[in-house]
Amino acid sequence: MSTTTADDHHDEHHPSGMMRWITTTNHKDIGTLYLWFSFIMFFIGGFMALIIRTELFQPGMQFVDPQFFNSMTTMHAIIMIFGVVMPAFTGLANWLIPMMIGGTDMALPRMNNWSFWILPFAFTMMLSTLFMDGGGPAGGWTLYPPLSLQTGDALPFVIFAIHFMGMSSIMGAINVVATILNMRAPGMTLMRMPLFVWTWLITAYLLIAVMPVLAGGVTMLLTDKFFETSFFNAAGGGDPVLFQHIFWFFGHPEVYILILPSFGVVSSIIPTFARKPLFGYSSMVYATASIAFLSFIVWAHHMFTVGMPLAGQLFFMFATMLIAVPTGVKVFNWISTMWRGSMTFETPMLFSIAFIILFTIGGFSGLMLAITPADYQYHDTYFVVAHFHYVLVPGSIFAIIAAVYYWLPKWTGHMYNEFWGKTHFWLSTIFVNVTFFPMHFVGLAGMPRRIPDYALQFSDYNQIATIGAFGFGFAQLIFLWLVIATIRGGAKATDRVWEGAEGLEWTLTSPPPYHSFTTPPNVEAELGLASHK
Amino acid sequence: MAQAESNYFVPHGSYWPITGSIAVCSLMVGFSNLLNGAMWGKHLMILGAVILIVMLFGWFGDVIKESESGTYNNQVDTSFRWGMFWFIFSEVMFFAAFFGALFYTRVYSLPWLGGEGTGATTNSYLWPSFEAIWPLTANGPGEIGGEFQTMGAWGLPAVNTALLLTSGVTLTWAHHALKANHRGQLIIGLFLTVALGAIFMVVQSIEYIHAYKDLGLTLGSGVYGSTFFLLTGFHGMHVTIGAIILFVILIRCIRGHFKPENHFGFEAAAWYWHFVDVVWLGLFIFVYWV
Ligand code: HEM
Ligand SMILES: [Cu+2]
Repeated sequence: MSTTTADDHHDEHHPSGMMRWITTTNHKDIGTLYLWFSFIMFFIGGFMALIIRTELFQPGMQFVDPQFFNSMTTMHAIIMIFGVVMPAFTGLANWLIPMMIGGTDMALPRMNNWSFWILPFAFTMMLSTLFMDGGGPAGGWTLYPPLSLQTGDALPFVIFAIHFMGMSSIMGAINVVATILNMRAPGMTLMRMPLFVWTWLITAYLLIAVMPVLAGGVTMLLTDKFFETSFFNAAGGGDPVLFQHIFWFFGHPEVYILILPSFGVVSSIIPTFARKPLFGYSSMVYATASIAFLSFIVWAHHMFTVGMPLAGQLFFMFATMLIAVPTGVKVFNWISTMWRGSMTFETPMLFSIAFIILFTIGGFSGLMLAITPADYQYHDTYFVVAHFHYVLVPGSIFAIIAAVYYWLPKWTGHMYNEFWGKTHFWLSTIFVNVTFFPMHFVGLAGMPRRIPDYALQFSDYNQIATIGAFGFGFAQLIFLWLVIATIRGGAKATDRVWEGAEGLEWTLTSPPPYHSFTTPPNVEAELGLASHK
Repeated sequence: MAQAESNYFVPHGSYWPITGSIAVCSLMVGFSNLLNGAMWGKHLMILGAVILIVMLFGWFGDVIKESESGTYNNQVDTSFRWGMFWFIFSEVMFFAAFFGALFYTRVYSLPWLGGEGTGATTNSYLWPSFEAIWPLTANGPGEIGGEFQTMGAWGLPAVNTALLLTSGVTLTWAHHALKANHRGQLIIGLFLTVALGAIFMVVQSIEYIHAYKDLGLTLGSGVYGSTFFLLTGFHGMHVTIGAIILFVILIRCIRGHFKPENHFGFEAAAWYWHFVDVVWLGLFIFVYWV
């Protein structure tokens, strides 16, 4: 993508080579860094998943010891959440938001650089714990005490790494908010913003509100371990369940942080390939805002089995089910957008349609889990694992992949190879279901999560899941190869790229100039809108 | 709101962010090693702190230079305002976690340990002699650590409340002086604010010494000690940071920086100080008083 610097006008003298990337304040450079970081972490986290699946191929212990197995499940989750999905979304935000709203760059470019350059340090700290006395963290990504307090030397490193990632996320989110509120071109009113911008605005609020709470919670873990405090120790008047409340007050909004930008991506792609405007734009905005609001009052659905007053259980059950309403509005709108559209099925569209179907399956299993008495049965089984992988893999990850296919021609100026894109799609979709669908069955039958061994009767489904996992993992190598090939060459992309694409980013050249809109575009003319006044 | 200006200032590449990452990472790795018992961690921490200070001087130095040379237009100013506002909001949420822990303990978990509601069996089997009262005076049901006395509200904490509230007033006075271009009053007002902040920190230290030496109240004093010291400790840290920021602003005022109509650096520091003030009121009411 170094060709994009060619028409750069006033800061000709920025450093080249490695130093360009280390010092850059450019939203496209930083977006690229985020996306590559996320991609690398995706393979590291994926490798850990394959270790887990290899051990679970057969009952009994074959390859790794239980401690290491548990540190793999813990690290896999932390890496996929904080190292893959969140950075990928921030990368997309960096690349797209300034172009979509007709701005020059992000509002706070130097801080933008710092948000990114924290991540390699934080994850080096995190990964280095695998080589320490006592191994990596193995108490689960939820870090429940007292178990997590038994971590060896790794504990403070993990806690500080989480603080560090939190700083990165908060700065990134603040930048997104400032950019959206302050950098829009004249005429780009709030209710004209693409949904990707809207969903990111709301996601950014969630991030600013909950990352500090996580930071507070893990700080209490640190002081309980090293400074004699008793937040989570009943003998000192504290309560381990307090940590769960703090964690899930962060954790549930966090799962929406991991999905709302995907909603935005899919809401951009579906109209393009259905060649119809998005159905129910404003209801999409309100639904996103309602989901974000509700996400703050449902957290204890993760804690039905720890012992809560009945009124609490009922409240959290009903509040959780309420989220299905705005989510349903969204699914309805996507389907209505496609209804009677003149549809074509290029790779981004395929991933988006798979997103709708498979994410909805994850939403339904979520509803089952929300039923308190049923959750007593399902909690901490593979059914939960199936649920969150359906919303996260064919949900968040598929949307990220769809976004890459959709905007890659804009970013690089080259078309990707459609045949290999479709191959990637079909392999991913088939294998994702082969991997995660059987987990519903073993979960309902009682197979516990986070345990390296299992009863004999679960063998068949586990073997199928392991085969699926390897298939899915290898299918992603096609993606890696395709992205590299597209950056290096390929058919020339037009400025609009997709026949039905709407939005300011498509009015720029492919690849776009180094600074997006140095003079604000005429939004009304570009979008074919009647003037507002 | 969206604005028509097109010459939004995008700074050149900068080495400060990566320097900041190296600094914070050294601090964290050093501290982690220290906690794990490796003394060399201390040296890494000192190194990290030094780099951090260099980075802060360098980064803010660049911003001040750019600001004073007039590179920032109104739109940039608005970006800074949104940035600072949401940063303070994130800090509010950080304190919310600790206040939440305090409320949860006082309202729910401690009464349950004492046998209320569904806690009846927990109490009768595990901690039969434990009575849930707040403030706790005996380190929770397990009585880990020893006896202690709690910190009353109307001694030093009340003095501190008065100090901080007064500092809010002097700061507002300084702000009005800046807007009216009365540089003398501005500098006096700011100086008084910084001084009051410094006195607050001294009083807080005396209070901590009193707690440890006379009251037997330590970090190990059950959940009362935990919430007391983490809430007041993090607040004290924020007062320190706020006072340092105001001190830098004071120096800048003495050097003739800021204009009556354009002085966001000053305002950002003031917002931060007021935030620290409001948190203190919460502490005074819920930690010391009721
Ligand atoms: C209709 C919407 C949803 C509902 C009703 C729902 C409900 C639930 C419930 C009740 C649990 C707890 C299960 C248990 O531990 O017993 C759960 C777990 C989980 N959900 Fe959802 N969910 C929904 C959507 C999502 C989305 C969109 C995501 C992420 C993109 C997500 C990610 C997760 C994760 C990661 C867990 C497991 C956390 C853990 O214990 O490690 N969920 N969900
Ligand atoms: Cu949840």
